[in-house]
Amino acid sequence: MRGRRISLAAIAPYAWLLAFFALPFALVVKLSLSDTVLAIPPYAPRLDWSKGLPGLAAFVRALDFETYARLASDSLYLSAYLSSLRLAAIATVLLALIGYPMAYGIARCSPDTRRILVAAVILPFWTSFLIRIYAWIAILKPAGLLNVALAALHLPTVSLLNSETGVLVGLVYAYLPFMVLPLYAVLERQDESLLEAAEDLGSTPLAAFWRVTFPLSLPGLGAGALLCFIPMVGEFVIPDLLGGSETLMLGKTIWTEFFSNRDWPAASAVAIVLLATLIGPIALYQRQQSKMLGR
Amino acid sequence: MRRGPNAFNRLAIGLGLAFLYAPMVLLVAFSFNASKLVTVWGGFSTRWYAALAHDQLLLDSLWITLRVGVLSATAATVLGTLAAVALVRSGRFRGRALFSGMVYAPLVLPEVILGLSLLLLFIAFGAPRGFWTVTLAHTTLTLCYATVVVQARLASVDPTLEEAAQDLGCTPVMAFVKVTLPLIAPAVAAAWMLALTLSFDDLVIASFTSGPGATTLPMRLYSQIRLGVDPKINAVSTLLLAVVTLGAMAAFALERRRAPNASSSS
Repeated sequence: MRGRRISLAAIAPYAWLLAFFALPFALVVKLSLSDTVLAIPPYAPRLDWSKGLPGLAAFVRALDFETYARLASDSLYLSAYLSSLRLAAIATVLLALIGYPMAYGIARCSPDTRRILVAAVILPFWTSFLIRIYAWIAILKPAGLLNVALAALHLPTVSLLNSETGVLVGLVYAYLPFMVLPLYAVLERQDESLLEAAEDLGSTPLAAFWRVTFPLSLPGLGAGALLCFIPMVGEFVIPDLLGGSETLMLGKTIWTEFFSNRDWPAASAVAIVLLATLIGPIALYQRQQSKMLGR
Repeated sequence: MRRGPNAFNRLAIGLGLAFLYAPMVLLVAFSFNASKLVTVWGGFSTRWYAALAHDQLLLDSLWITLRVGVLSATAATVLGTLAAVALVRSGRFRGRALFSGMVYAPLVLPEVILGLSLLLLFIAFGAPRGFWTVTLAHTTLTLCYATVVVQARLASVDPTLEEAAQDLGCTPVMAFVKVTLPLIAPAVAAAWMLALTLSFDDLVIASFTSGPGATTLPMRLYSQIRLGVDPKINAVSTLLLAVVTLGAMAAFALERRRAPNASSSS
């Protein structure tokens, strides 16, 4: 019986999300199919609701995906798309390499130490994202703290600000807690006796790690990787502040098209392309989350 | 795990935490630098903090950000708690799949997409952009985080308690308010804090949905950062870090004190 009815508690949040999440989204799709014009607002709508069904029919007949065709033919968009995916993928691998040993180490500490270390990993997440990225500008800039330190050690100086390396440093720095925490959650729960059993049966500690601990931690690694990769592809602040004009990423493209070029249909179409790319990883992440919550 | 950390584990934790904290430590240190140059130490000074007190634009944006944060966090916590109740307690209701999809999607969705779509909504309805549009946008963003926080706690509350209250004559709403709400109160408080922090921190969605006269603190800081490194930004940052650190330590201490009770009662 319960399955058939409507949930009373859901009504208010449901209505809110339909109005402020689903409806705006439909507007992005609609605008991405409109034409760019020099006007305020700077687009000519293709879909005219006031004409009813004939209006809709005219819209479907005239549908030419012009903005999308423009995106596909412009190499600037294509390279922004590819470098977004590439930088997010490299950063995810780096995060796994840095985050795994950290999460593993924390999971092996005593419960009291663990609590403090987990709090230390979470704390940066509560502090301003913008400020933490800003801190890196002073470190990475040509006459910055990193180069002052390198020069003091008589090492060659490096120029990392306004480069892809700078963006990677920022991405790894900002998303590290999101990699460590899901990994820690699975490693902490792991049954120690499994490792003892493996060693009793003649496994070396390293072999026991690779054949027992690591496979069992894969759900955590997957959750961490998705939790980092998805938002990183559309990241705006990090490529904008640390990548300079050289680094193209989709989040920055949407921002520039919208605010500087005032090409709203293009911004909307880039947003749709970005979402279409991420819908697979997002669905995967949601399935994994509901599985973990359901347990 | 019972075996303690070995040297490699210690090294990994140490380097990881150094990486997370070194930039913030440097930021705080240079906020007390008398010199305007970030790389040259010109002696200890609090002149940048004194300069902040006279920066009316910055103080105005701080006040706006606080008001947006408190309003949107409160709305998001109420809606998020209702959403969590629906997801945990209502079983399979009509439209549940779409509902949970809409609840979880903004958690990972790039902020530029959410910001752009909300801006188009406000334009479509001719809503003047400013304080209220940012507040609505932040409620939508933080509602999802609030739901997840409350949901995790609610899942561990025994539903038979509420059923018992109803058998004893409570209406369903009264049973929720008198039995379940006190049990999930810590999570509701945590959800509100998280929502406030996220709203306070957001640059991208605020930039899309704000208008003249409603520049939030991150928007103000961002436009100053784009002009270059400025010791005054270091001073603001240090104050924000101090507030967050003290808040987090207080929460940590509170939870530690409550922990023995929680474990004996469960």
